[in-house]
Amino acid sequence: MLSTNLIVLIPLLPLISFLLIALVGRKNFPNLCGALGTIALLTSFLLAATVAYDYFFVAGKVNGIYQQMVPMKIKWLEFSPNVSIDLGILLDPISVMMLVIVTFISLMVHFYSLGYMKGEERYATYYSFLGLFTFSMLGLVISSNIFQIYMFWELVGVSSFLLIGYYFDKPSAVAAAKKAFIVTRFADLGFLIGILVLAYYSGTLDFQTLITRLTTPTDQLHAITTASFLGASALTWGLLLVFMGGAGKSAMLPLHIWLPDAMEGPTPVSALIHAATMVVAGVFLVARLFPVFSISCPSALQVVTWVGASSSLFAAIIACTQTDIKRVLAYSTMSQIGYMMFALGVSGYGGEHGLGYMASMFHLFTHAMFKALLFLGAGAVIHYVHSNEMKDMGGLRKLMPVTHITFLVACLAIAGIPPFAGFFSKEEILQAAFHANTTIFVIAICTAAITAFYMFRLYFNIFWNKEYHAVSHVHDDHAAHDDHHDHGEGPFTMKLPLMILGLLSIVAGFLPFAHLVTSDGKPLETEFHITFSIAPVLLATGGILLAMVFYKKENPRPQAIANGLKGLYTAAYHKFYIDEVYLFFTKKVLFNLVGRPAAWIDKNIVDGTMNLLAFITEQTSYLIKRMQSGRVQSYAAYFFAGVIGFVLVFIYWWK
Amino acid sequence: MNNIGLTHILFISCGLFFIGIYGFLTRRNLITMLMSIELILNSVNINFVAFNKFLWADKLDGLFFSLFNITIAAAEAAVAIAIIINLYRHYKSIDVEVTDTMKF
Repeated sequence: MLSTNLIVLIPLLPLISFLLIALVGRKNFPNLCGALGTIALLTSFLLAATVAYDYFFVAGKVNGIYQQMVPMKIKWLEFSPNVSIDLGILLDPISVMMLVIVTFISLMVHFYSLGYMKGEERYATYYSFLGLFTFSMLGLVISSNIFQIYMFWELVGVSSFLLIGYYFDKPSAVAAAKKAFIVTRFADLGFLIGILVLAYYSGTLDFQTLITRLTTPTDQLHAITTASFLGASALTWGLLLVFMGGAGKSAMLPLHIWLPDAMEGPTPVSALIHAATMVVAGVFLVARLFPVFSISCPSALQVVTWVGASSSLFAAIIACTQTDIKRVLAYSTMSQIGYMMFALGVSGYGGEHGLGYMASMFHLFTHAMFKALLFLGAGAVIHYVHSNEMKDMGGLRKLMPVTHITFLVACLAIAGIPPFAGFFSKEEILQAAFHANTTIFVIAICTAAITAFYMFRLYFNIFWNKEYHAVSHVHDDHAAHDDHHDHGEGPFTMKLPLMILGLLSIVAGFLPFAHLVTSDGKPLETEFHITFSIAPVLLATGGILLAMVFYKKENPRPQAIANGLKGLYTAAYHKFYIDEVYLFFTKKVLFNLVGRPAAWIDKNIVDGTMNLLAFITEQTSYLIKRMQSGRVQSYAAYFFAGVIGFVLVFIYWWK
Repeated sequence: MNNIGLTHILFISCGLFFIGIYGFLTRRNLITMLMSIELILNSVNINFVAFNKFLWADKLDGLFFSLFNITIAAAEAAVAIAIIINLYRHYKSIDVEVTDTMKF
């Protein structure tokens, strides 16, 4: 049976590790902090695995349907008898799945960092931040209350900020951390307003009650759908604003600009936060509120679909032109999250229609495996080459055999080649899109082909292309060692996670996911059409072959193509100038029209009032300071005059 | 006309009071100022006794209060003289004009 204490321990262990390292360990035993964090996470992962086993195979099912369970709930802030902020645990298929993913990926990253971050000056601090992040992410996925999820959401943002800015002596890392924080904070403003709208109309903050009230015909549902603002109902607005928060965290258009820059953080952090866990929080949020989206407000779900689909294609095109390997992976992450988003968008609720939902969660699961693997592999490459740039790499396949094989596995998985994990989840998504919307399906299949192309562009550029020559300049986040050829491919602690994740990227697709995680908890029978998957697989293979032609050997063809498509290539290389648009908007429009007038008002009117008050006080006190002469007799005279004055007042006026 | 009434006594106490005020505000010698304060206090005492006798002759409150005042006055004189002695040691003078250092 599910034991409450055990579930509570899952998020608390990383928190304890964070506190212990930050308060005690950092000063007293800095070298043991990595091991401490890893052990805490290992325990946490084992507990999560136990809970998942119990939930999926022992206690979770009642009459063949997976139930939502609330093993713990504490009333924390009560506003009125109906509305309160609780701290609780909500277990359902997606939260249990997320528990496992987050603890597992975090464990892999903890273990990997033992080797990768060794010798860093702030090694212990790094592990404490990792613990804080893992705690917040776990708290986020088990939240039973929409406000609780918001609190953990912000905590996740803070720990992401800390980790991106880990190399705080690099100005670019500081700028990236600030950018990530500000952009996601801006999106979270929408999230907060959305929460308030939903809570105002439904009269509750609790997820289960909220979903019940907004999906069945109740007074609350009637009120929220009839209240309208600017042509859309309050429900649409609320859900769209909540989705805005999710889009900010998940780097969807047009709030994606922080994600590529976030690659300034240490590479294992990118694997954990900006690939496998935190960025899927937006998908998770939409999935959490999915019944409301799907049953009561399909128009909001349409927006989710289009935002997801356009982000996925957009990011895939940009990824083809980037030369920094981590940035390629960042855009690929954005593209895959777009996949998950539109899979949710095209899905219906319950039964056969819930295919998209299941596919989205499945893709989230497999993506976490192979994307973490890609990032950790990229980390190993960067560790070896000391550069993020593709041009400094090439021909590494003999020098780094383990990394090479696992990276290849991950590339095949993300490209959707059977029998690797990505194939299965991508097939489900494509099927769901095919049944729902042809345009989306076309976008999806194009993206799949482009994905295969740019992933293998990356792969061939790193491991084939030209012979490897060590470059002299040191330009990456791992500048601690100067002569790097003494450490070879990397220590065992770095190779083991690669191997485990590689293995999982092969087998994860065979998990009977449709029986475990579905929109309504009932197992879903998926059919596997071999004819359907021919086209996507062929397209992906085509992409791979194209990449092979271009990049396997050094040749002038890529440059020729780039010159041929000059306009498009330049635009994509500059990320379609989205950053510049934002810069223009903030610097020219926002600063001039809002910032400067606000500053003027602050300087002249607000400060001016205060200065005037101070000036008047000063002048008056100059005038009257002679009265305080220090002479007792004048004081007595004033006093006496005052008494006389009062007497006169009392006698003549106060009748 | 022959009897001495309340009014007469009030005139005396009023006179004493203003003599005291005048002395306090005009004398420069701290001892003299202290004496003026004693005059003010005593005018108040006279008032207490007079009102007690003429208005509530069956009560003793006013008398007790004036006794209490006399006690306070004695203590006050002791403290004041102690302060004056200290000032004298410091300034070698008991002129009130020299003690004007506590100002703006």
